Amino acid sequence: MEPFAWQPAASPSEAASIATHTTAEAMLTLTGRPDTQQAMLIKAGGVDLLDLMKEGLVNPGRLIDISRLPDLDGISGEPDGGVRIGALATLARIAAHPALQQSHAALSQAAALAASPQIRNRATLGGNLLQRPRCWYFRSAAHHCLRKGGAHCFAFPGDNRYHAVFANQGCAIVHASTPATALAAYRAEVELADSAGHRRRVPLADFFVLPQADMHRENTLARGELLTAVWLPPQKPDCRAQYLQIGERAAFDWPLAAVAAVLDMDGTGHCRQASIVLGAAAPVPWRARQAEALLAGARIDSATAAAAGEAALAGATPLSQNAYKLPLLAALVRRAVLSAAAIDTVLPANPGAP
Amino acid sequence: MANEHRKEDAAAAGRIAGPAPLPIVLRVNGETRELMVEPRTTLAEALRGPLGLTGTKIACNHGVCSACTVWLDDLAVASCSVLAIEVGERRITTIEGLAGQDRLHPVQAAFIDYDAVQCGFCTPGLVMSCAALLARNPRPDRKEIETAISGHLCRCGTYPHVVQAMLALGTREEPDLE
Ligand SMILES: Cc1cc2nc3c(=O)[nH]c(=O)nc-3n(C[C@H](O)[C@H](O)[C@H](O)COP(=O)(O)OP(=O)(O)OC[C@H]3O[C@@H](n4cnc5c(N)ncnc54)[C@H](O)[C@@H]3O)c2cc1C
Ligand code: SF4
Repeated sequence: MEPFAWQPAASPSEAASIATHTTAEAMLTLTGRPDTQQAMLIKAGGVDLLDLMKEGLVNPGRLIDISRLPDLDGISGEPDGGVRIGALATLARIAAHPALQQSHAALSQAAALAASPQIRNRATLGGNLLQRPRCWYFRSAAHHCLRKGGAHCFAFPGDNRYHAVFANQGCAIVHASTPATALAAYRAEVELADSAGHRRRVPLADFFVLPQADMHRENTLARGELLTAVWLPPQKPDCRAQYLQIGERAAFDWPLAAVAAVLDMDGTGHCRQASIVLGAAAPVPWRARQAEALLAGARIDSATAAAAGEAALAGATPLSQNAYKLPLLAALVRRAVLSAAAIDTVLPANPGAP
Repeated sequence: MANEHRKEDAAAAGRIAGPAPLPIVLRVNGETRELMVEPRTTLAEALRGPLGLTGTKIACNHGVCSACTVWLDDLAVASCSVLAIEVGERRITTIEGLAGQDRLHPVQAAFIDYDAVQCGFCTPGLVMSCAALLARNPRPDRKEIETAISGHLCRCGTYPHVVQAMLALGTREEPDLE
């Protein structure tokens, strides 16, 4: 890491007012040689930011540390049954939170499967949602790719086995956040605050952006804005959820494919409404609308679950090396739907679950 | 005392520190240690360098192998991904601080009994994760043990013996050795 100065923030608005760039802005260079010594960047747990700095992908002149700010890490039930999770809540606390395990099980399951216990003890939810992509060309200082301001995407002609199978024109990253898949299925919102303390709430679906909209960033976080919280809407009493993922290793790896399913069941085995979101499949958490439409009003059994799995693949455009993800996604959707509806599946539900 | 306060203030809220080295105070294994660090010095580097506590290993330096696991208060963390300057008043426990005056920590003894060490490079980190688990859960089952050590890479493949050692500590019985 290059030398940098250190400033623990005194308040969220102070941090927002000092930050000169988002990390994505600071990483965008014409030359591929980051000379961002003037940049002052926000640091939470530091797991992703220090990683980028160790690789020389960004060299900020100052880190503004928000990790010790008080009152930004609460997990609180709201009067309407929703939940507000402060941006500094760690993945470990989210995974172990008893009320969340009850109300929003797919989020606890996803948080428990992300990274390692050591990382989960440090990684904050805000930083997790804002982490930069894991595309290996993007993470390599030797590859000045489109997303960093270069002229080429190396993944299309190169090794794209871990890349997106949906909405992958131009740049084929998959969104790196495991919890985001579950949050998107719950239709969560992020709360953003500026230096004047003004707060706005944005649906996660609008916060994340596709490469077609903006190739150089994964979300609409603006310079001088802090992500302060994530809001989960209240769940209907009959809502059931399941997060499942599959990876090359059972533990401690970004998934090859993931799904979060939230089903509003009517008590007679029928599903009133379904929310199906695929992870590791697209540059954003990918809503499988055709699967949702197929499940709405349907009786949940193995046939409908399998049909939903196939419907979830509608519109897929796999690359030269990642078509293997399609059967993984279809199988995960089928299993997650059956498991959420509390219908036993033959296969183990969650191979990597702790 | 006034001196010590000044040193801690160097990293206090609102103040800009570095990039030049600055004095900080760390609470390591029950002792208060003063040292000079740059803001970019990781906790792992501070432990192994100025503090001379080389039991903590740095292998991948990216949070992937967990060889650098120490405790911040009661939490196992990858010390390569923590900056020394941000630790503040939190208690650091390293492998050197685990054993008592003249007896090993039970996890260390069990690792010896169950032959859970081969080349030993990942062992300090594994012991720290296992001891953290035992501290919050005196009778972990196999799944809980596997989750607790899931962040560790051991190229010698000691995992089954680590699990056996931990099962033995929880049950005080001899687990089946396959
Ligand atoms: C070995 C390993 C395995 C991993 N596996 C997984 C996995 O399976 N699934 C998964 O989801 N993740 C995984 N991760 C990634 C990890 O979860 C993220 O790096 C971590 O969550 C980032 O959070 P942080 O608090 O450390 O963020 P930081 O690194 O501090 O920040 C990340 C980015 O967000 C910005 N930022 C942070 N907080 C705020 C805020 N509140 N407001 C505005 N900007 C902010 C920073 O400027 C920075 O650009 C893994 C990481 C490692 C090292
Ligand atoms: S997929 Fe995106 S991040 Fe990866 S090389 Fe192509 S442009 Fe860069």
